[in-house]
Amino acid sequence: MTLSTLLILLVAIGVAFYFAGNMTVKTARSKGKVFHSLPNYYGLWAGSLAFFPAVVVLILWSIIDIQLFQSWVRDFYPPEILAAGGSQAIVALAKVENIVAGIRFGEPEAWVLQAGEAWIGWAATSTMLKSAVVLGLATVCGLIAYRQIDTDFRARNGVEKLISYGLIAASTIAILTTIGIVLSVLFETIRFFQLVPPTDFIFGTEWNPQFEGAERAGSGGGEAKYGMLPMFAGTLLISAIAIIVAVPVGLASAVYLAEYASPKVRSTVKPLLEILAGVPTVVYGFFAALTVAPAIKGFGESLGLTVASESALAAGLVMGVMIIPFVSSLSDDVINAVPQSLRDAAYGLGSTKSETTRQVVLPAALPGIVAAVILAVSRAVGETMIVVMAAGLAANLSFNPLDAVTTVTSQIVTILVGDQEFESAKTLSAFALSTMLIILTLGLNFFALQIVKKYREQYD
Amino acid sequence: MTNKAFKGLSPQEATARVEASLKQRRKKEKRFRLMGLSAVVLALTFLVILFSGILTKGLPGMFQHYVQLDVVLDKARLDPQGDMSDASLFSGDADKIILEASLASIGEEGGRKTKKTLRKMVSSGGSQRLIEFVKANPELMGTTQTIKFAVDDDIDSFLRGFIKRETAEKDRRINDFTIEIVDKWQEAGLISYELSDYLFFGSASRDAEMAGIKGALFGSLLTLAICVSIAFPLGVAAAVYLEEIAPKNRWTEMIEININNLAAVPSVVFGIMGLAIFIVTFGMPRSIPLVGGIVLALMTLPTIIISSRAAIRAVPPSIRDAALGIGASKMQTIFHHVLPLAMPGMLTGTIIGMAQALGETAPLLMIGMVAFIVDIPGGFTDPATVLPVQIFMWADFAERMFIQKTSAAIIVLLAFLITMNAAAIMLRKKLERRW
Repeated sequence: MTLSTLLILLVAIGVAFYFAGNMTVKTARSKGKVFHSLPNYYGLWAGSLAFFPAVVVLILWSIIDIQLFQSWVRDFYPPEILAAGGSQAIVALAKVENIVAGIRFGEPEAWVLQAGEAWIGWAATSTMLKSAVVLGLATVCGLIAYRQIDTDFRARNGVEKLISYGLIAASTIAILTTIGIVLSVLFETIRFFQLVPPTDFIFGTEWNPQFEGAERAGSGGGEAKYGMLPMFAGTLLISAIAIIVAVPVGLASAVYLAEYASPKVRSTVKPLLEILAGVPTVVYGFFAALTVAPAIKGFGESLGLTVASESALAAGLVMGVMIIPFVSSLSDDVINAVPQSLRDAAYGLGSTKSETTRQVVLPAALPGIVAAVILAVSRAVGETMIVVMAAGLAANLSFNPLDAVTTVTSQIVTILVGDQEFESAKTLSAFALSTMLIILTLGLNFFALQIVKKYREQYD
Repeated sequence: MTNKAFKGLSPQEATARVEASLKQRRKKEKRFRLMGLSAVVLALTFLVILFSGILTKGLPGMFQHYVQLDVVLDKARLDPQGDMSDASLFSGDADKIILEASLASIGEEGGRKTKKTLRKMVSSGGSQRLIEFVKANPELMGTTQTIKFAVDDDIDSFLRGFIKRETAEKDRRINDFTIEIVDKWQEAGLISYELSDYLFFGSASRDAEMAGIKGALFGSLLTLAICVSIAFPLGVAAAVYLEEIAPKNRWTEMIEININNLAAVPSVVFGIMGLAIFIVTFGMPRSIPLVGGIVLALMTLPTIIISSRAAIRAVPPSIRDAALGIGASKMQTIFHHVLPLAMPGMLTGTIIGMAQALGETAPLLMIGMVAFIVDIPGGFTDPATVLPVQIFMWADFAERMFIQKTSAAIIVLLAFLITMNAAAIMLRKKLERRW
């Protein structure tokens, strides 16, 4: 039985137990028996006990059996592949999996066929056992719950307990996701640091992972270099350009909208600005690569400057436009949070509106504004599509905005898109870069929160 | 007053001094105001430039040039096995029949050169179109029908004026002879410019004139379906727990910190997690909407949890007290009273989260949804691509016509996003309740 038929059957069993429990209690009630809970709860109790344990077993089984097969199938590999390990084993596994999926490229080796057949056999047995166990478990659990139904049985309390477990489980997803993110980059990063010393990575000024293959083939070529500084310099440069665009425009429009604009203007302009935040980044990337970059190149060359066709300036400008609404709406919130009494006091002393804003409101809102800017920086650092499409791939250690630079995110995408060998230092370097990216963005985030916490004025 | 400047000034003098400075201050005030206004105008200008740029490129991309040819539907040649099966139709002579029809359209027997040129002028998807036409109208076999075929993208570029007649022949992608034929077609009124049916009903293709977004659109829908069915229940459940049930302790605090941190993690990192966990560790296949949906769900979860919590917090405590007062249990209070009242806010947050997921590209690149997939995905485990990724791939193609196709696809994507956001705003306006 396939996974989906099994799931449908489980749902059917659950629904059947729900109705059984519900009806039993209803008929008993009509005969004058008094139950602790409403009939609905008895049905829910029986139905959920039938359904949920079985589903959990089903999901765990489906995940674990593939892992088991993958380790068992190693027994079929010829010794030389086992000895070589790494990428060869992955290729071997892919070959076997193709046979299992019924795809054949040319004439597979004998051991691949054998392994494939064995795998198919295991899979058949596993599916059969799985179906029997899961369906049996559902029925047994359902029956046990059904047998519990009695006038004294507190079904509502039981169901509510189940629900609260479900709610707790849902809220731990956030923690699980964080753990997942950390684990998925951590192990690969550690493996990367076994191949490349951390100091070379962190302080290296050359990034050149392309020679991996040549190096392994023994044909010499250049040595692969994994220094992350050029990428972080590029990220810094592009983010700086973006911030230079976004902060003045975003902050000035926030001030205007909060202090000067009539409610009508405000209620039309604000959503319009937020459209800029809602435009997918791939659209900005397309726009940067096709419209902005050629325009900058043309303009720069008319002034006699040399401009790379994928200049940092183009990516940075467009990214700046993207984060304008981010800066403006966050600043708008903090400016609005400044109590009116402060403004009134300033007006009372005879200040003009701009003097009030500049000398009273903005200083009071400053921690929040700084936090907003830091969050915007973090957003710019993590932004991917614009730089993938509009910034270059050449790892130049340069702070000239007219040069082509590369960024952390665009390197990660370039390395990890498509098929990759999981053992090579090149692939692993993407995970090390991701670790650095996560540390940087979370660090900025933490920093912003600390600023808000430490310097926030408590009014009334 | 200890201020030195005002020491020893009589009130009249002080007033005079203030009045003298007033002009300057008013000017400053005006300048400040103007600065704010110009920032707003500048931001809106960016918006206008962005949208007008995409519209001017994209609207023409929704159209393309077709040539009408009188095709002789010869059953023996189109359907050699005579059973109208796909195998039989595809082994038939559809390509040759189109070539003959195009020869007839310029009134020539045609030498090798003419044939070779003509073959390149009608889109290579022509035979497929002919076969589909025959399949849809089997009763027309044996007659001569006028069918519209897309012209090749180079011809399309020429007709749009991107390839100029004045350019020297060797610098042009099409030669003088081809232009002659195009002129003949135009004189005979065979060329028409209309809404592209390939854009909406075609799938990924290397040929600009046949490329369409149908497959990507289906992929997006499947991915979003997975995403919403995971993110919405989980997000609402987590929000309910954190707002209504959770005790104020370390564990709860940790969950909250985690949610806020996840909201700040760059989207590409979620893709890396999806790659490492679902594909490498769990052995799930690449490029499938199921994995894409899960990754996007984890990514949008913080957004949904945060907005759902706000919605729950907005329900006044009096509602809970009333329910508890007449004997409802905690869960009954939550599920019968608080949740229905908080639902509009939660739905708004979910729609906004889904709009974010629909436009997301980077994490899906990581899990391999960037593959070149011609088939329309039929299920959650079929390889698929999504609309933003399709846009990303098309943006890489060099052909001039792909720029317009890409912009057209962007218009479709933006239309979806704007509809979703408008729906969220409408929902909020309509169902919003003031307590």
